[in-house]
Amino acid sequence: MDTTHFEEIFEAKLARNEMIEPKDWMPDNYRKHLIRQISQHAHSEVVGMLPEGNWITRAPSLRAKKILLAKVQDEGGHGLYLYTAAETLGISRDELIDQLLTGVAKYSSIFNYPTLTWADIGAIGWLVDGAAIMNQVMLQRTSYGPYARAMVRICKEESFHQRQGYEIMTMMARGTPEQRAMAQDAVNRWWWPTLMMFGPPDAESPNSANAIKWKIKRESNDQLRQRFVNQTLPQGELIGLTFPDKGLTWNEEKQGYDFTAPDWAEFKNVISGNGPCNRERLAMRRRAHDEGRWVREAAQAYAAKNKRYQAVA
Amino acid sequence: MTKQEALGKYLLRLADTNLILGQRLAEWCGTGPFLEEDLAMTNISLDLFGTAEALLKYACEVEGKGRTADELTFRRPEREFTNILLVEQPNVDFGATILRQLFVDAFDYYHYSELSKSSDPIIAGVAAKASKETTYHLRHSESWVIRLGDGTEESHQRMQNALNELWRFTDEQFEMNEVDAMLIEERIAVDLAPIKAKWLEKVIPVLSEATLQIPENTFMQRGGREGKHSEHFGFLLAEMHYIPRAYPDATW
Repeated sequence: MDTTHFEEIFEAKLARNEMIEPKDWMPDNYRKHLIRQISQHAHSEVVGMLPEGNWITRAPSLRAKKILLAKVQDEGGHGLYLYTAAETLGISRDELIDQLLTGVAKYSSIFNYPTLTWADIGAIGWLVDGAAIMNQVMLQRTSYGPYARAMVRICKEESFHQRQGYEIMTMMARGTPEQRAMAQDAVNRWWWPTLMMFGPPDAESPNSANAIKWKIKRESNDQLRQRFVNQTLPQGELIGLTFPDKGLTWNEEKQGYDFTAPDWAEFKNVISGNGPCNRERLAMRRRAHDEGRWVREAAQAYAAKNKRYQAVA
Repeated sequence: MTKQEALGKYLLRLADTNLILGQRLAEWCGTGPFLEEDLAMTNISLDLFGTAEALLKYACEVEGKGRTADELTFRRPEREFTNILLVEQPNVDFGATILRQLFVDAFDYYHYSELSKSSDPIIAGVAAKASKETTYHLRHSESWVIRLGDGTEESHQRMQNALNELWRFTDEQFEMNEVDAMLIEERIAVDLAPIKAKWLEKVIPVLSEATLQIPENTFMQRGGREGKHSEHFGFLLAEMHYIPRAYPDATW
Protein backbone atom coordinates (compact mmCIF):
# COMPACT_ATOMS: atom_id res chain seq x y z
CA MET A 1 0.00 0.00 0.00
CA ASP A 2 1.22 3.47 -0.77
CA THR A 3 1.45 5.34 2.51
CA THR A 4 2.79 8.61 1.13
CA HIS A 5 -0.50 10.39 1.68
CA PHE A 6 -0.73 9.19 5.30
CA GLU A 7 2.84 10.15 5.94
CA GLU A 8 2.12 13.65 4.72
CA ILE A 9 -0.80 13.95 7.13
CA PHE A 10 1.36 12.63 9.98
CA GLU A 11 4.20 15.03 9.21
CA ALA A 12 1.79 17.94 8.89
CA LYS A 13 0.31 17.17 12.30
CA LEU A 14 3.75 17.09 13.87
CA ALA A 15 4.61 20.36 12.15
CA ARG A 16 1.50 21.97 13.62
CA ASN A 17 2.44 20.55 17.06
CA GLU A 18 -0.74 18.50 17.16
CA MET A 19 -0.84 15.28 19.14
CA ILE A 20 -0.78 11.94 17.38
CA GLU A 21 -3.61 9.80 18.75
CA PRO A 22 -3.97 5.98 18.85
CA LYS A 23 -6.33 5.82 15.85
CA ASP A 24 -4.15 8.03 13.67
CA TRP A 25 -1.92 6.49 11.06
CA MET A 26 1.72 6.51 12.16
CA PRO A 27 4.96 5.17 10.68
CA ASP A 28 5.96 1.75 11.97
CA ASN A 29 9.20 3.07 13.34
CA TYR A 30 7.42 5.81 15.27
CA ARG A 31 5.18 3.16 16.82
CA LYS A 32 8.14 0.90 17.62
CA HIS A 33 10.12 3.74 19.09
CA LEU A 34 7.21 4.69 21.35
CA ILE A 35 6.53 1.15 22.48
CA ARG A 36 10.18 0.79 23.39
CA GLN A 37 10.38 4.12 25.19
CA ILE A 38 7.04 3.97 27.04
CA SER A 39 7.51 0.38 28.14
CA GLN A 40 11.05 1.10 29.32
CA HIS A 41 9.62 3.96 31.26
CA ALA A 42 6.87 1.75 32.75
CA HIS A 43 9.37 -0.97 33.65
CA SER A 44 11.59 1.66 35.28
CA GLU A 45 8.72 2.73 37.51
CA VAL A 46 7.96 -0.83 38.53
CA VAL A 47 11.56 -1.94 39.04
CA GLY A 48 12.18 1.40 40.75
CA MET A 49 9.76 0.33 43.48
CA LEU A 50 12.31 -2.23 44.67
CA PRO A 51 15.30 -0.17 45.86
CA GLU A 52 13.00 2.16 47.79
CA GLY A 53 10.68 -0.60 48.92
CA ASN A 54 13.80 -2.04 50.51
CA TRP A 55 13.56 0.63 53.25
CA ILE A 56 9.81 0.86 53.94
CA THR A 57 9.84 -1.58 56.83
CA ARG A 58 12.89 0.21 58.26
CA ALA A 59 11.75 3.81 57.79
CA PRO A 60 12.79 5.69 60.94
CA SER A 61 9.57 7.57 61.77
CA LEU A 62 5.86 7.06 61.20
CA ARG A 63 5.79 10.10 58.95
CA ALA A 64 8.74 8.87 56.90
CA LYS A 65 7.16 5.46 56.60
CA LYS A 66 3.84 6.83 55.35
CA ILE A 67 5.52 9.17 52.88
CA LEU A 68 7.75 6.45 51.49
CA LEU A 69 4.87 3.99 51.18
CA ALA A 70 2.79 6.59 49.37
CA LYS A 71 5.71 7.45 47.11
CA VAL A 72 6.45 3.88 46.13
CA GLN A 73 2.74 3.39 45.57
CA ASP A 74 2.74 6.40 43.24
CA GLU A 75 5.48 4.73 41.24
CA GLY A 76 3.36 1.61 40.86
CA GLY A 77 0.54 3.87 39.71
CA HIS A 78 2.85 5.51 37.15
CA GLY A 79 3.74 2.05 35.91
CA LEU A 80 0.04 1.39 35.40
CA TYR A 81 -0.65 4.60 33.44
CA LEU A 82 2.36 3.94 31.27
CA TYR A 83 1.53 0.31 30.53
CA THR A 84 -1.93 1.50 29.57
CA ALA A 85 -0.47 4.20 27.30
CA ALA A 86 1.77 1.57 25.67
CA GLU A 87 -1.25 -0.72 25.16
CA THR A 88 -2.86 1.93 22.94
CA LEU A 89 -0.05 1.19 20.48
CA GLY A 90 -1.22 -2.38 20.05
CA ILE A 91 0.81 -4.42 22.50
CA SER A 92 -0.52 -6.10 25.64
CA ARG A 93 0.70 -5.59 29.19
CA ASP A 94 1.42 -9.33 29.41
CA GLU A 95 3.74 -9.09 26.40
CA LEU A 96 5.48 -6.07 27.85
CA ILE A 97 5.98 -7.73 31.23
CA ASP A 98 7.24 -10.82 29.49
CA GLN A 99 9.83 -8.67 27.70
CA LEU A 100 10.96 -7.30 31.05
CA LEU A 101 11.19 -10.67 32.74
CA THR A 102 13.08 -12.28 29.87
CA GLY A 103 15.55 -9.40 29.82
CA VAL A 104 14.55 -8.25 26.31
CA ALA A 105 13.26 -4.88 27.52
CA LYS A 106 15.44 -2.47 29.46
CA TYR A 107 14.68 -0.22 32.40
CA SER A 108 16.56 2.76 33.78
CA SER A 109 20.04 1.67 34.80
CA ILE A 110 19.87 3.76 37.96
CA PHE A 111 17.76 1.12 39.68
CA ASN A 112 20.59 -1.37 39.41
CA TYR A 113 22.39 0.42 42.23
CA PRO A 114 21.70 -0.63 45.83
CA THR A 115 20.09 1.44 48.60
CA LEU A 116 22.58 0.94 51.42
CA THR A 117 21.39 3.40 54.05
CA TRP A 118 18.34 5.51 54.84
CA ALA A 119 20.11 8.48 53.26
CA ASP A 120 19.82 6.70 49.92
CA ILE A 121 16.06 7.21 50.14
CA GLY A 122 16.71 10.94 50.40
CA ALA A 123 19.27 10.87 47.60
CA ILE A 124 16.93 8.97 45.28
CA GLY A 125 14.12 11.43 45.87
CA TRP A 126 16.27 14.49 45.52
CA LEU A 127 18.67 13.46 42.74
CA VAL A 128 17.09 10.55 40.87
CA ASP A 129 13.56 11.92 40.89
CA GLY A 130 14.98 15.38 40.25
CA ALA A 131 16.66 14.05 37.12
CA ALA A 132 13.56 12.11 36.10
CA ILE A 133 11.48 15.29 36.32
CA MET A 134 13.75 17.03 33.80
CA ASN A 135 12.84 14.35 31.31
CA GLN A 136 9.22 14.09 32.28
CA VAL A 137 8.43 17.79 32.14
CA MET A 138 9.65 17.72 28.55
CA LEU A 139 7.57 14.62 27.82
CA GLN A 140 4.34 16.38 28.80
CA ARG A 141 4.69 17.93 25.34
CA THR A 142 5.67 14.72 23.59
CA SER A 143 3.90 14.13 20.28
CA TYR A 144 1.96 10.99 21.25
CA GLY A 145 -1.27 11.96 23.07
CA PRO A 146 -1.69 9.12 25.60
CA TYR A 147 1.97 9.36 26.63
CA ALA A 148 1.81 13.13 27.05
CA ARG A 149 -1.35 12.92 29.16
CA ALA A 150 0.09 10.20 31.38
CA MET A 151 3.10 12.46 31.89
CA VAL A 152 0.98 15.37 33.10
CA ARG A 153 -0.28 13.27 36.01
CA ILE A 154 3.10 11.76 36.67
CA CYS A 155 4.84 15.13 36.82
CA LYS A 156 2.53 16.39 39.54
CA GLU A 157 3.43 13.47 41.76
CA GLU A 158 7.13 13.49 40.91
CA SER A 159 7.65 17.01 42.15
CA PHE A 160 6.30 15.88 45.52
CA HIS A 161 8.76 12.98 45.44
CA GLN A 162 11.65 15.27 44.78
CA ARG A 163 10.67 17.55 47.66
CA GLN A 164 10.40 14.66 50.11
CA GLY A 165 13.85 13.45 49.10
CA TYR A 166 15.34 16.89 49.57
CA GLU A 167 13.61 17.14 52.95
CA ILE A 168 15.22 13.88 54.10
CA MET A 169 18.63 15.14 52.95
CA THR A 170 18.10 18.48 54.64
CA MET A 171 17.19 16.87 57.95
CA MET A 172 20.16 14.55 57.78
CA ALA A 173 22.61 17.23 56.66
CA ARG A 174 21.55 19.34 59.64
CA GLY A 175 21.42 16.37 62.02
CA THR A 176 24.09 14.48 63.97
CA PRO A 177 27.61 14.01 62.51
CA GLU A 178 26.68 10.42 61.68
CA GLN A 179 23.58 11.52 59.78
CA ARG A 180 25.57 14.12 57.94
CA ALA A 181 28.23 11.61 56.93
CA MET A 182 25.53 9.21 55.77
CA ALA A 183 23.91 11.93 53.65
CA GLN A 184 27.23 12.93 52.07
CA ASP A 185 28.10 9.31 51.34
CA ALA A 186 24.76 8.86 49.59
CA VAL A 187 25.35 11.90 47.38
CA ASN A 188 28.83 10.63 46.55
CA ARG A 189 27.43 7.30 45.43
CA TRP A 190 24.31 8.53 43.57
CA TRP A 191 25.75 11.58 41.80
CA TRP A 192 27.40 9.84 38.85
CA PRO A 193 24.67 7.25 38.20
CA THR A 194 22.16 10.12 38.28
CA LEU A 195 24.05 12.03 35.58
CA MET A 196 23.99 8.85 33.49
CA MET A 197 20.19 8.76 33.66
CA PHE A 198 19.94 11.29 30.83
CA GLY A 199 21.54 8.80 28.50
CA PRO A 200 24.75 8.91 26.47
CA PRO A 201 26.17 12.18 25.11
CA ASP A 202 24.19 13.50 22.13
CA ALA A 203 26.91 12.52 19.69
CA GLU A 204 26.64 8.88 20.76
CA SER A 205 22.93 8.55 21.39
CA PRO A 206 21.56 6.08 18.82
CA ASN A 207 17.85 6.77 19.25
CA SER A 208 17.93 10.51 19.73
CA ALA A 209 17.78 11.76 16.17
CA ASN A 210 14.45 10.13 15.36
CA ALA A 211 13.02 11.00 18.76
CA ILE A 212 13.74 14.67 18.15
CA LYS A 213 12.51 14.55 14.55
CA TRP A 214 9.21 12.99 15.67
CA LYS A 215 8.94 15.42 18.59
CA ILE A 216 8.87 12.53 21.04
CA LYS A 217 11.81 14.24 22.70
CA ARG A 218 12.07 17.98 22.49
CA GLU A 219 15.42 18.44 24.17
CA SER A 220 18.64 16.47 23.93
CA ASN A 221 20.28 14.33 26.60
CA ASP A 222 23.07 16.85 27.09
CA GLN A 223 20.71 19.82 27.35
CA LEU A 224 18.67 18.09 30.06
CA ARG A 225 21.80 16.95 31.91
CA GLN A 226 23.13 20.50 31.94
CA ARG A 227 19.85 21.86 33.26
CA PHE A 228 19.82 19.25 36.02
CA VAL A 229 23.35 20.16 37.14
CA ASN A 230 22.51 23.86 37.13
CA GLN A 231 19.44 23.29 39.25
CA THR A 232 20.92 20.80 41.69
CA LEU A 233 24.21 22.41 42.65
CA PRO A 234 22.74 25.37 44.54
CA GLN A 235 20.35 22.97 46.33
CA GLY A 236 23.33 20.98 47.59
CA GLU A 237 25.19 24.12 48.65
CA LEU A 238 22.17 25.31 50.57
CA ILE A 239 22.27 22.31 52.88
CA GLY A 240 26.05 22.00 52.96
CA LEU A 241 26.45 18.84 50.88
CA THR A 242 29.13 18.62 48.21
CA PHE A 243 29.33 16.74 44.91
CA PRO A 244 32.12 14.30 44.06
CA ASP A 245 33.32 16.21 41.00
CA LYS A 246 36.42 18.42 41.22
CA GLY A 247 35.64 19.77 37.77
CA LEU A 248 32.48 21.59 38.85
CA THR A 249 32.90 25.30 38.13
CA TRP A 250 30.58 28.11 37.18
CA ASN A 251 30.92 29.10 33.56
CA GLU A 252 29.88 32.70 33.20
CA GLU A 253 29.77 32.54 29.44
CA LYS A 254 27.27 29.70 29.20
CA GLN A 255 25.53 30.74 32.40
CA GLY A 256 25.83 27.19 33.70
CA TYR A 257 28.21 24.85 35.47
CA ASP A 258 30.99 22.96 33.77
CA PHE A 259 31.17 19.40 35.03
CA THR A 260 33.07 16.20 34.41
CA ALA A 261 31.44 13.57 32.21
CA PRO A 262 30.40 10.43 34.06
CA ASP A 263 32.21 7.17 33.41
CA TRP A 264 30.41 5.96 30.30
CA ALA A 265 32.19 2.62 30.45
CA GLU A 266 30.45 1.99 33.78
CA PHE A 267 27.14 3.03 32.21
CA LYS A 268 27.57 0.54 29.37
CA ASN A 269 28.55 -2.12 31.82
CA VAL A 270 25.46 -1.57 33.97
CA ILE A 271 23.00 -1.49 31.08
CA SER A 272 24.48 -4.69 29.74
CA GLY A 273 23.63 -6.46 32.99
CA ASN A 274 26.67 -6.05 35.20
CA GLY A 275 25.50 -3.44 37.69
CA PRO A 276 25.57 -4.30 41.37
CA CYS A 277 21.86 -5.22 41.47
CA ASN A 278 20.80 -6.16 37.91
CA ARG A 279 20.42 -9.81 38.84
CA GLU A 280 18.64 -9.09 42.10
CA ARG A 281 16.13 -6.71 40.53
CA LEU A 282 15.15 -9.09 37.74
CA ALA A 283 15.12 -12.04 40.12
CA MET A 284 12.74 -10.18 42.42
CA ARG A 285 10.40 -9.23 39.58
CA ARG A 286 10.41 -12.82 38.31
CA ARG A 287 9.80 -14.18 41.78
CA ALA A 288 6.83 -11.85 42.35
CA HIS A 289 5.45 -12.78 38.94
CA ASP A 290 5.87 -16.53 39.54
CA GLU A 291 4.54 -16.44 43.08
CA GLY A 292 1.53 -14.45 41.92
CA ARG A 293 0.67 -16.88 39.12
CA TRP A 294 -1.65 -19.02 41.23
CA VAL A 295 -3.54 -15.90 42.29
CA ARG A 296 -4.04 -14.70 38.72
CA GLU A 297 -5.06 -18.18 37.58
CA ALA A 298 -7.52 -18.53 40.44
CA ALA A 299 -9.12 -15.18 39.64
CA GLN A 300 -9.59 -16.28 36.02
CA ALA A 301 -10.90 -19.70 36.98
CA TYR A 302 -13.38 -18.13 39.36
CA ALA A 303 -14.54 -15.63 36.75
CA ALA A 304 -15.05 -18.46 34.26
CA LYS A 305 -17.45 -20.08 36.73
CA ASN A 306 -19.63 -17.02 36.22
CA LYS A 307 -20.18 -16.36 39.89
CA ARG A 308 -20.50 -13.31 42.07
CA TYR A 309 -17.14 -11.55 41.76
CA GLN A 310 -16.54 -10.90 38.09
CA ALA A 311 -13.98 -8.15 38.40
CA VAL A 312 -10.79 -9.93 37.51
CA ALA A 313 -7.15 -9.14 37.60
CA MET B 1 -5.97 0.96 87.72
CA THR B 2 -7.30 4.46 87.13
CA LYS B 3 -9.57 5.28 84.23
CA GLN B 4 -6.69 7.21 82.71
CA GLU B 5 -4.43 4.15 82.85
CA ALA B 6 -7.13 1.93 81.40
CA LEU B 7 -7.63 4.38 78.54
CA GLY B 8 -3.89 4.44 77.86
CA LYS B 9 -3.73 0.65 77.67
CA TYR B 10 -6.83 0.50 75.51
CA LEU B 11 -5.44 3.00 73.00
CA LEU B 12 -2.11 1.21 72.77
CA ARG B 13 -3.80 -2.09 72.18
CA LEU B 14 -5.87 -0.70 69.30
CA ALA B 15 -2.95 1.23 67.89
CA ASP B 16 -0.56 -1.72 68.03
CA THR B 17 -2.86 -4.02 66.10
CA ASN B 18 -3.11 -1.41 63.34
CA LEU B 19 0.59 -0.65 63.41
CA ILE B 20 1.81 -4.23 63.21
CA LEU B 21 -0.63 -5.21 60.48
CA GLY B 22 0.39 -2.09 58.55
CA GLN B 23 4.01 -3.17 58.86
CA ARG B 24 3.26 -6.69 57.64
CA LEU B 25 1.29 -5.43 54.64
CA ALA B 26 4.06 -2.97 53.80
CA GLU B 27 6.36 -5.93 53.31
CA TRP B 28 4.40 -6.67 50.13
CA CYS B 29 5.24 -3.35 48.51
CA GLY B 30 6.68 -3.99 45.06
CA THR B 31 6.10 -7.74 45.11
CA GLY B 32 2.32 -8.21 44.82
CA PRO B 33 0.80 -10.81 42.46
CA PHE B 34 0.09 -7.99 39.99
CA LEU B 35 0.37 -4.23 40.01
CA GLU B 36 -3.21 -3.33 40.97
CA GLU B 37 -3.07 -5.63 43.98
CA ASP B 38 0.31 -4.25 44.97
CA LEU B 39 -1.31 -0.82 45.11
CA ALA B 40 -4.34 -2.10 47.02
CA MET B 41 -2.17 -3.62 49.75
CA THR B 42 -0.09 -0.47 50.11
CA ASN B 43 -3.30 1.54 50.36
CA ILE B 44 -4.59 -0.60 53.18
CA SER B 45 -1.22 -0.46 54.88
CA LEU B 46 -1.29 3.33 54.69
CA ASP B 47 -4.78 3.46 56.18
CA LEU B 48 -3.65 1.24 59.05
CA PHE B 49 -0.59 3.38 59.77
CA GLY B 50 -2.79 6.46 59.74
CA THR B 51 -5.18 4.97 62.30
CA ALA B 52 -2.27 3.73 64.41
CA GLU B 53 -0.63 7.13 64.44
CA ALA B 54 -3.83 8.93 65.46
CA LEU B 55 -4.36 6.49 68.33
CA LEU B 56 -0.72 6.64 69.42
CA LYS B 57 -0.80 10.43 69.53
CA TYR B 58 -3.82 10.28 71.77
CA ALA B 59 -2.16 7.60 73.91
CA CYS B 60 0.79 9.97 74.42
CA GLU B 61 -1.56 12.72 75.49
CA VAL B 62 -3.36 10.44 77.92
CA GLU B 63 -0.06 9.18 79.30
CA GLY B 64 1.12 12.75 79.84
CA LYS B 65 4.82 11.95 80.03
CA GLY B 66 5.80 13.88 76.94
CA ARG B 67 6.46 10.82 74.83
CA THR B 68 5.70 10.96 71.11
CA ALA B 69 3.94 8.54 68.76
CA ASP B 70 7.33 7.79 67.21
CA GLU B 71 8.82 6.93 70.59
CA LEU B 72 5.94 4.56 71.27
CA THR B 73 6.44 3.01 67.85
CA PHE B 74 10.21 2.77 67.70
CA ARG B 75 11.45 2.61 71.28
CA ARG B 76 9.11 0.25 73.08
CA PRO B 77 10.39 -3.27 73.84
CA GLU B 78 8.57 -6.43 72.69
CA ARG B 79 6.69 -7.08 75.91
CA GLU B 80 5.05 -3.66 75.88
CA PHE B 81 3.34 -4.20 72.55
CA THR B 82 -0.20 -5.47 73.02
CA ASN B 83 -1.39 -6.18 69.47
CA ILE B 84 -3.22 -9.42 68.80
CA LEU B 85 -1.09 -12.36 67.65
CA LEU B 86 -2.95 -12.66 64.35
CA VAL B 87 -1.50 -9.49 62.87
CA GLU B 88 2.13 -10.38 63.57
CA GLN B 89 1.88 -13.72 61.74
CA PRO B 90 4.12 -13.82 58.66
CA ASN B 91 2.62 -13.07 55.25
CA VAL B 92 3.42 -16.59 53.92
CA ASP B 93 1.67 -16.04 50.58
CA PHE B 94 -1.03 -13.80 49.15
CA GLY B 95 -3.70 -16.26 50.31
CA ALA B 96 -2.67 -16.23 53.97
CA THR B 97 -2.23 -12.46 53.81
CA ILE B 98 -5.70 -11.87 52.43
CA LEU B 99 -7.36 -14.33 54.82
CA ARG B 100 -5.68 -12.66 57.81
CA GLN B 101 -6.98 -9.43 56.35
CA LEU B 102 -10.54 -10.74 56.11
CA PHE B 103 -10.49 -11.69 59.79
CA VAL B 104 -9.22 -8.27 60.85
CA ASP B 105 -11.33 -6.28 58.37
CA ALA B 106 -14.55 -7.97 59.47
CA PHE B 107 -13.70 -7.26 63.10
CA ASP B 108 -12.72 -3.64 62.38
CA TYR B 109 -15.83 -3.08 60.29
CA TYR B 110 -18.23 -3.87 63.14
CA HIS B 111 -15.97 -2.67 65.90
CA TYR B 112 -15.22 0.79 64.50
CA SER B 113 -18.80 1.29 63.51
CA GLU B 114 -19.80 0.82 67.19
CA LEU B 115 -16.78 2.66 68.49
CA SER B 116 -17.65 5.71 66.41
CA LYS B 117 -20.40 6.23 69.02
CA SER B 118 -17.84 6.28 71.85
CA SER B 119 -18.34 8.90 74.55
CA ASP B 120 -14.70 9.84 73.99
CA PRO B 121 -14.80 12.29 71.07
CA ILE B 122 -11.26 11.55 69.89
CA ILE B 123 -11.82 7.80 69.82
CA ALA B 124 -15.18 8.36 68.13
CA GLY B 125 -13.52 10.50 65.46
CA VAL B 126 -10.72 8.05 64.74
CA ALA B 127 -13.22 5.18 64.64
CA ALA B 128 -15.56 7.02 62.27
CA LYS B 129 -12.73 7.60 59.81
CA ALA B 130 -11.41 4.06 60.16
CA SER B 131 -14.91 2.68 59.76
CA LYS B 132 -15.22 4.24 56.30
CA GLU B 133 -11.85 2.87 55.26
CA THR B 134 -12.63 -0.57 56.60
CA THR B 135 -15.74 -0.80 54.45
CA TYR B 136 -13.43 -0.86 51.42
CA HIS B 137 -10.89 -3.13 53.06
CA LEU B 138 -13.55 -5.69 53.87
CA ARG B 139 -15.02 -5.62 50.39
CA HIS B 140 -11.54 -6.24 49.05
CA SER B 141 -10.54 -9.12 51.35
CA GLU B 142 -13.95 -10.76 51.21
CA SER B 143 -13.99 -10.87 47.41
CA TRP B 144 -10.47 -12.29 47.26
CA VAL B 145 -11.09 -14.99 49.85
CA ILE B 146 -14.11 -16.16 47.86
CA ARG B 147 -12.31 -16.06 44.52
CA LEU B 148 -9.23 -17.85 45.81
CA GLY B 149 -11.11 -20.41 47.88
CA ASP B 150 -13.37 -21.23 44.94
CA GLY B 151 -10.77 -20.67 42.21
CA THR B 152 -8.41 -23.46 41.17
CA GLU B 153 -7.44 -26.62 43.01
CA GLU B 154 -4.15 -25.03 43.99
CA SER B 155 -5.71 -21.80 45.23
CA HIS B 156 -8.31 -23.74 47.18
CA GLN B 157 -5.64 -25.83 48.88
CA ARG B 158 -3.55 -22.78 49.73
CA MET B 159 -6.57 -21.04 51.26
CA GLN B 160 -7.53 -24.14 53.23
CA ASN B 161 -3.96 -24.36 54.57
CA ALA B 162 -4.07 -20.70 55.52
CA LEU B 163 -7.39 -21.19 57.29
CA ASN B 164 -6.05 -24.20 59.18
CA GLU B 165 -3.11 -22.09 60.34
CA LEU B 166 -4.86 -18.83 61.14
CA TRP B 167 -8.20 -19.80 62.62
CA ARG B 168 -6.58 -20.36 66.02
CA PHE B 169 -5.68 -16.65 66.22
CA THR B 170 -9.16 -15.28 65.54
CA ASP B 171 -10.75 -15.52 68.96
CA GLU B 172 -8.24 -13.22 70.60
CA GLN B 173 -9.86 -10.30 68.81
CA PHE B 174 -12.86 -10.57 71.14
CA GLU B 175 -10.94 -10.94 74.37
CA MET B 176 -11.86 -8.47 77.10
CA ASN B 177 -10.31 -7.78 80.49
CA GLU B 178 -10.58 -5.24 83.31
CA VAL B 179 -9.55 -2.45 80.90
CA ASP B 180 -12.64 -3.10 78.79
CA ALA B 181 -14.83 -3.47 81.84
CA MET B 182 -13.87 -0.04 83.13
CA LEU B 183 -14.18 1.68 79.78
CA ILE B 184 -17.42 -0.01 78.75
CA GLU B 185 -18.95 1.37 81.89
CA GLU B 186 -17.92 4.86 80.78
CA ARG B 187 -19.24 4.15 77.28
CA ILE B 188 -15.73 4.78 75.96
CA ALA B 189 -15.13 1.22 74.78
CA VAL B 190 -17.66 -1.24 73.35
CA ASP B 191 -18.67 -4.72 74.46
CA LEU B 192 -16.99 -7.20 72.11
CA ALA B 193 -19.45 -10.05 72.66
CA PRO B 194 -22.04 -8.70 70.20
CA ILE B 195 -19.19 -7.86 67.81
CA LYS B 196 -18.16 -11.49 67.88
CA ALA B 197 -21.68 -12.58 66.95
CA LYS B 198 -21.73 -10.19 63.99
CA TRP B 199 -18.22 -11.22 63.00
CA LEU B 200 -19.20 -14.89 62.87
CA GLU B 201 -22.34 -14.04 60.95
CA LYS B 202 -20.19 -12.28 58.36
CA VAL B 203 -17.16 -14.56 58.18
CA ILE B 204 -18.78 -18.00 58.21
CA PRO B 205 -20.85 -17.43 55.04
CA VAL B 206 -17.82 -15.95 53.29
CA LEU B 207 -15.72 -19.01 54.11
CA SER B 208 -18.56 -21.24 53.06
CA GLU B 209 -18.99 -19.43 49.72
CA ALA B 210 -15.23 -19.83 49.34
CA THR B 211 -15.80 -23.60 49.83
CA LEU B 212 -13.45 -23.63 52.83
CA GLN B 213 -13.81 -25.73 55.98
CA ILE B 214 -13.26 -24.17 59.38
CA PRO B 215 -10.95 -26.54 61.30
CA GLU B 216 -12.71 -28.32 64.13
CA ASN B 217 -11.68 -28.36 67.79
CA THR B 218 -9.22 -25.54 67.34
CA PHE B 219 -7.41 -24.45 70.48
CA MET B 220 -7.54 -20.67 70.43
CA GLN B 221 -4.20 -18.92 71.02
CA ARG B 222 -3.93 -15.79 73.08
CA GLY B 223 -1.36 -13.64 74.85
CA GLY B 224 -1.09 -10.41 72.85
CA ARG B 225 -3.00 -8.41 75.44
CA GLU B 226 -0.25 -9.23 77.96
CA GLY B 227 2.57 -8.68 75.49
CA LYS B 228 3.21 -12.40 75.08
CA HIS B 229 3.94 -12.66 71.39
CA SER B 230 4.98 -15.27 68.86
CA GLU B 231 8.66 -15.71 68.01
CA HIS B 232 8.06 -13.87 64.72
CA PHE B 233 7.46 -10.65 66.56
CA GLY B 234 11.01 -9.91 67.70
CA PHE B 235 12.23 -9.95 64.11
CA LEU B 236 9.45 -7.66 62.95
CA LEU B 237 10.40 -5.17 65.67
CA ALA B 238 14.13 -5.53 65.05
CA GLU B 239 13.57 -4.44 61.47
CA MET B 240 11.16 -1.66 62.35
CA HIS B 241 13.31 -0.34 65.21
CA TYR B 242 16.70 -0.61 63.55
CA ILE B 243 17.44 3.02 62.67
CA PRO B 244 16.07 4.80 65.76
CA ARG B 245 17.83 2.30 68.00
CA ALA B 246 21.12 2.44 66.09
CA TYR B 247 21.13 6.27 66.15
CA PRO B 248 19.32 7.15 69.37
CA ASP B 249 20.29 10.84 69.28
CA ALA B 250 19.12 11.51 65.74
CA THR B 251 15.80 12.87 64.54
CA TRP B 252 14.44 11.87 61.15
